[in-house]
Amino acid sequence: MSPDAGTITSPPLLVLDDIAKSFGAVAALRGVHLELHPGEAHALVGENGAGKSTLVKILAGAHAPDSGRITLDGEPLLLRGPADARAAGIAVIYQEPTLFPDLTVAENIFMGRQPLRSLRRVDIREMNRAAEQLFARLGVRIDPARPARGLSIADQQLVEIAKAISFDARVLVMDEPTAALSGVEVERLFGVARSLCARGAAVLFISHRFDEVFDLCQRLTVLRDGAWVSSDPTADLTVGEVVRRMVGRDVDSLFPKQDTVRRDTLLEVRGLSRAGVFSDVSFHVRGGEIVALAGLVGAGRSEVARAIFGIDPYDTGEVRVAGRVLPAGSAAKAIGAGLALVPEDRRQQGLVMELSVERNATLVRRGALARLGLLFGGAERAEARQWTRRLRVKTSRLTAAVGTLSGGNQQKVVLAKWLATRPRVLIVDEPTRGIDVGTKSEVHRLLSELAGEGMGILMISSELPEVLGMADRVLVMHEGRLVRELSRDEADETSVMFAATGQGATA
Amino acid sequence: MSRTDTSVADRPTGVPSPAASRSGRGLTERLLAVRELSLLLALGALILVTTLYNDRFLGSQSIKDLLLGCAILVILAAGQTLVIVTRNVDLSVGSILGLVAFATGELFLAAPGTPWPVALVTGVVLGAVCGAVNGGLIAVAKVPALVITLGTLYAFRGVDYYWAAGQQINAADMPRSFLRLGNQTLFGVPVLFLVALVVVAVAGFYLRSYRSGRELYAIGSEPAAARLSGIPVGRRVFAVFVASGALAGLAGVLYAARFGTLDAAAGTGLELQVVAAAVVGGVAIFGGSGSVYGAALGAVLLTTIGSSLAVLRIDPFWQQAVVGALILAAIGLDRVLAIRTAARLRGRSAHVA
Repeated sequence: MSPDAGTITSPPLLVLDDIAKSFGAVAALRGVHLELHPGEAHALVGENGAGKSTLVKILAGAHAPDSGRITLDGEPLLLRGPADARAAGIAVIYQEPTLFPDLTVAENIFMGRQPLRSLRRVDIREMNRAAEQLFARLGVRIDPARPARGLSIADQQLVEIAKAISFDARVLVMDEPTAALSGVEVERLFGVARSLCARGAAVLFISHRFDEVFDLCQRLTVLRDGAWVSSDPTADLTVGEVVRRMVGRDVDSLFPKQDTVRRDTLLEVRGLSRAGVFSDVSFHVRGGEIVALAGLVGAGRSEVARAIFGIDPYDTGEVRVAGRVLPAGSAAKAIGAGLALVPEDRRQQGLVMELSVERNATLVRRGALARLGLLFGGAERAEARQWTRRLRVKTSRLTAAVGTLSGGNQQKVVLAKWLATRPRVLIVDEPTRGIDVGTKSEVHRLLSELAGEGMGILMISSELPEVLGMADRVLVMHEGRLVRELSRDEADETSVMFAATGQGATA
Repeated sequence: MSRTDTSVADRPTGVPSPAASRSGRGLTERLLAVRELSLLLALGALILVTTLYNDRFLGSQSIKDLLLGCAILVILAAGQTLVIVTRNVDLSVGSILGLVAFATGELFLAAPGTPWPVALVTGVVLGAVCGAVNGGLIAVAKVPALVITLGTLYAFRGVDYYWAAGQQINAADMPRSFLRLGNQTLFGVPVLFLVALVVVAVAGFYLRSYRSGRELYAIGSEPAAARLSGIPVGRRVFAVFVASGALAGLAGVLYAARFGTLDAAAGTGLELQVVAAAVVGGVAIFGGSGSVYGAALGAVLLTTIGSSLAVLRIDPFWQQAVVGALILAAIGLDRVLAIRTAARLRGRSAHVA
């Protein structure tokens, strides 16, 4: 359990020693110690708010630590800004991609380091070629000359990864890079990470997916409440042990879906098609039921959800809520009919980051909360308090800006916002993406409870354990088509993955 | 680089094909071409209609007047583009122009023998100093540029009024060599316009081909990401305001040379015309996209509307209304194209794993 435990004998490449960082009165990190050895993939795990992202920001040069030392190759390293970190060979892939939407993909990768030709001009052709090579190495096809605007989260993440590997970084920090990636893409990313390690680089890998952590990493550090808990070789650890250290207690059941009474059909989708995106999608969701929509990233699951909810148009087909036809293309009517959609990308689509927790939580309830067209703080606050309490949102005060909360708590606020509309059908898109085990099981408990109260839940998820644990029925999409429907008993990892990769016969 | 570019490239959505990456190659160029092309079309149509009404509108004198008339606005629009792509705005350019124009006159009053290049450099430096005041205040106070430059708009103008104290400078007070600069032509093209062309070419080349120029777009596109990728945001924004001030200073000197008669009110209200030219020219007001060429064409278009409405004997009141309509049309066009582009790009996002 000592920081130096493990089998590695080479001198460490990067050492963080006794790092502390506070934001106002909140101590985000206290006395954290971390050693990265050359050729090592090191996992950093911890619950939301454990301080992982703060540590990443410190390594990236975006935050200066209040105290403590960083050494690279035994030399003290002073990071005054992101440029210093880059110069030191530290590349960071952030949890939330940070791209320039107006610029091309290639420019996003090479910003500040563009290849030059005569007169120190940017060599656009060479830059696109280099970007294409990077993508070839990652085994993906993204047009380097297209603007970054409109890229899916997975593609944005891939651009970030391409950026990081283009540095030939000595230290690669990955803050949940796989959250939005499909299995194949994850494998490729790991391939790249391993080849970096083989060349003597160190990788710091932050993830909530333990199978990946154990697959990639040789050592693992646990943080809890901003403090260092342990650093051990992964070979000496089990998932249960790691989870216990993260939460400081035993988590018995991660996916506690209770059996519920099936009620009437609440959501019915018939022959929904949108040219080039999805075609002939039909299914229904009954009250008290959790239906999972599984599939690979890009299979069109989110697009179906957006079409049902009226954000995107559809060409043919019909959506019925509780037997009544829902007019296409109007989110307001969908909300009115009792639908709620918790989107995949909470930063862009789910929350107004600058507004307070209570404002966000009651954003879609403005009409019902208004008196004579005016909103009064009291009504908003009462409503917000009720839901934030039920969802156990950790926030210092309801007037804090949502942007200051941790990822898991942000997700809870999005849920609170939609649950406040008291929907009949709740569509959740990746409800636990990038949130920690503790919050995850809270979200699962909540979904299960809601189903128990008679709500119909359509859950889009890329995490198989979540799908298998939570769903009463699993619908599998492949390339825009619904290819399989599996009952709870039929669904297992093999059958779902088989269908998702398009190898099964159409259901 | 305007957001409108992608509209031409009509690609099948949804399915990524190898062809997509190839047709994307010329995307930037084509985007560029589109906005500038539509501006040129509008300009051509305007000139055609006006000429049909009065064929002297296309006379060489008339064209010369037009080029002369738009030169100063074009220079200011180039400077403003640098600022706007970084998601900022410089409202003080009209006041800087006025201040520098008056200072130039004062310089010749105080030292009648000053050679004009000295006056030119002095004006540019004075403008740059004013720009540095803007940039410094923005960096220190961390207040949006809109507010800071609104303040300096009045502050610089106030200095100008205080200095002028009601006094007026006449052409007779300035050397002939200097005044000739304002009216001379080279191969039939006014020198002023040539200067503007050089400014536009240099600024356009810089924005397009240099790392620091690309960083300006990055800053305007997503300031937080710019900071995380190590771009010296504060320094770049400061430099951009200095450049905008220096160009306003240059415009001020040229203004003095062209009009000869100067008082403290020179250039009043010009800042809004400049912003209008940039917006009509396709520079996104929230930064990240737009080109100097577009902004320059916007400035030419606005100037041409002014003189053609006069030729068409339309009430000057309508001139303002037409400019307003044009701005709304330009913004509307941008919105429509942005929505279409976004929808298309989203459809394309599914990639082969």
